[in-house]
Amino acid sequence: MERYKGALTITAKELRTYFTTPIAYIVITVFLAITGWLFFSTFFLYGQAEMRGFFELLPLAFAFVVPAITMRLFSEEKNTGSFEIMMTLPVSTVEVLAGKILAGTLFTVIMILPTIVYAVSIGFVGDIDPGPVVGGYFGAILLGAAFSAIGVFSSSLTKNQIVAFIIGFAICLLLTLIGKFLFFLPSGMVNVVEYIGAEYHFMNIARGIIDLQDIVYFLSVMAVAGIATHYVLEERR
Amino acid sequence: MISVNNLTKNYGDVCAVGDISFAIRKGEITGLLGPNGAGKTTTLRILTGFLKATKGNVVVGDYNVEENPLQVKEMIGYLPESAPLYGDMMVYDYLEFIKKIREVEDEHRVREIADLCGLQGVMHKNINELSKGYKQRVGLAHAMIHNPDILILDEPTSGLDPNQIIEIRNLIREIGKEKTVILSTHILPEVEATCDRVIIIDRGNIVADDSTAQLRSSAGKDITILLELSGASFDEMNNVLREMDGVKMVTLTSDREDHISMSLVTDGDKDLRPDVFSIIKDRGWTLYEMSREYRSLEHVFRDLTRGGVDGTI
Repeated sequence: MERYKGALTITAKELRTYFTTPIAYIVITVFLAITGWLFFSTFFLYGQAEMRGFFELLPLAFAFVVPAITMRLFSEEKNTGSFEIMMTLPVSTVEVLAGKILAGTLFTVIMILPTIVYAVSIGFVGDIDPGPVVGGYFGAILLGAAFSAIGVFSSSLTKNQIVAFIIGFAICLLLTLIGKFLFFLPSGMVNVVEYIGAEYHFMNIARGIIDLQDIVYFLSVMAVAGIATHYVLEERR
Repeated sequence: MISVNNLTKNYGDVCAVGDISFAIRKGEITGLLGPNGAGKTTTLRILTGFLKATKGNVVVGDYNVEENPLQVKEMIGYLPESAPLYGDMMVYDYLEFIKKIREVEDEHRVREIADLCGLQGVMHKNINELSKGYKQRVGLAHAMIHNPDILILDEPTSGLDPNQIIEIRNLIREIGKEKTVILSTHILPEVEATCDRVIIIDRGNIVADDSTAQLRSSAGKDITILLELSGASFDEMNNVLREMDGVKMVTLTSDREDHISMSLVTDGDKDLRPDVFSIIKDRGWTLYEMSREYRSLEHVFRDLTRGGVDGTI
């Protein structure tokens, strides 16, 4: 990993492509509209100045939106053949892969950036506890990064962007919802399965309690997805 | 500069390249010639590190492609078949991106290479909107931006119109004065026009590896004279011409409104054109055209790859 410049150049290129084509604007608009509506439609019923409701929406929203962002990252290259250009430039597979995951992550960050307005406006109407808000955004970045890595992995599997999206969505959805099915399981397995679920770790962080264990979880998801992608890309040769 | 040793590539059970070896010296333009599906693209993809060889190795400069892929990729400029570039990017952005990733320091390099490849007018267009010819030029610019020692071009002129083909060939010849160039093609005149050396591949094996001139002369030294005449019947002309020393065969190619076209195959020991001309003059025939044709590489190519895929030449 002594070379990271190539990765950053690739990240910049991918972000540029997102914002010079309509993809970025469509995805961001849809994301903001849906989360904004779902959040504020219940917000006033509770009468509490907190963003908990918003962060509870995020894992499911990300499970859908992030694979939609990342689906093109390898699939499109494989489909048009530009993959050959990328892989014959003097950058390692790790750099390409890291650059693409970072691009997906930064895109999610840009996407949730406007929601800071929610926090600010809530701050006007009541006293907001900054801990959970900061934790929530920090968790959102980790969640976005982990789902991006999964999305990039599914994108590396196929030339077809729709297929890449469906695979990515399925994996992210599983990680999000697995925690909801704990009551079906024998008690011995509950802890293990709970640990696998992304939502559990995300909500831990979003409560404002930053525990190393939760950070390690997201980093491991990224590592596993990254290694799997690397394997897929190398296997092709 | 490049040495390929016992290179083999299998896709599952299919053998795309079977145990080939060759070496390419610095400063040569080498043509990789073969019918479609002969293994040209696969060979080039292994050379550039895009694919991994099943067996054998490739050494570029001092580096093994498998062990030091980054160093090799830095030395090579590669234009893949049909130039699959990033269509969503503007030409300018694309070249800046390649420049950055290749860590080219020179600030004026993008402008320079755009001038060289004739891209000034399209710098702010999306690559998707460009014609095939311009895309190919962007591809060439992409391959040359870092001034590489080795240029590998996979079918650089495919899909171009005749003017563009000549332009690109001239460009390649110009570049080839200082650099090592490998280009693949299934078009023979291309090799004859641009390459110093030809490697002919057929079904994954090398069937010939020689200088263009050497290969052409191995085709035999027969020279064909093409004639277009009027003033007598073909039979009459045939009777006279076929009696000449050194003429092996006279064939009628067309007979239209008294214009008789024919070809004379001669043994090539001597240029027979002056003799042919004096016969025509003595007989009072009218000469419309006379030209000489060497037996071309095409024949060699056909002979060597005859067993190849039908209808691909």
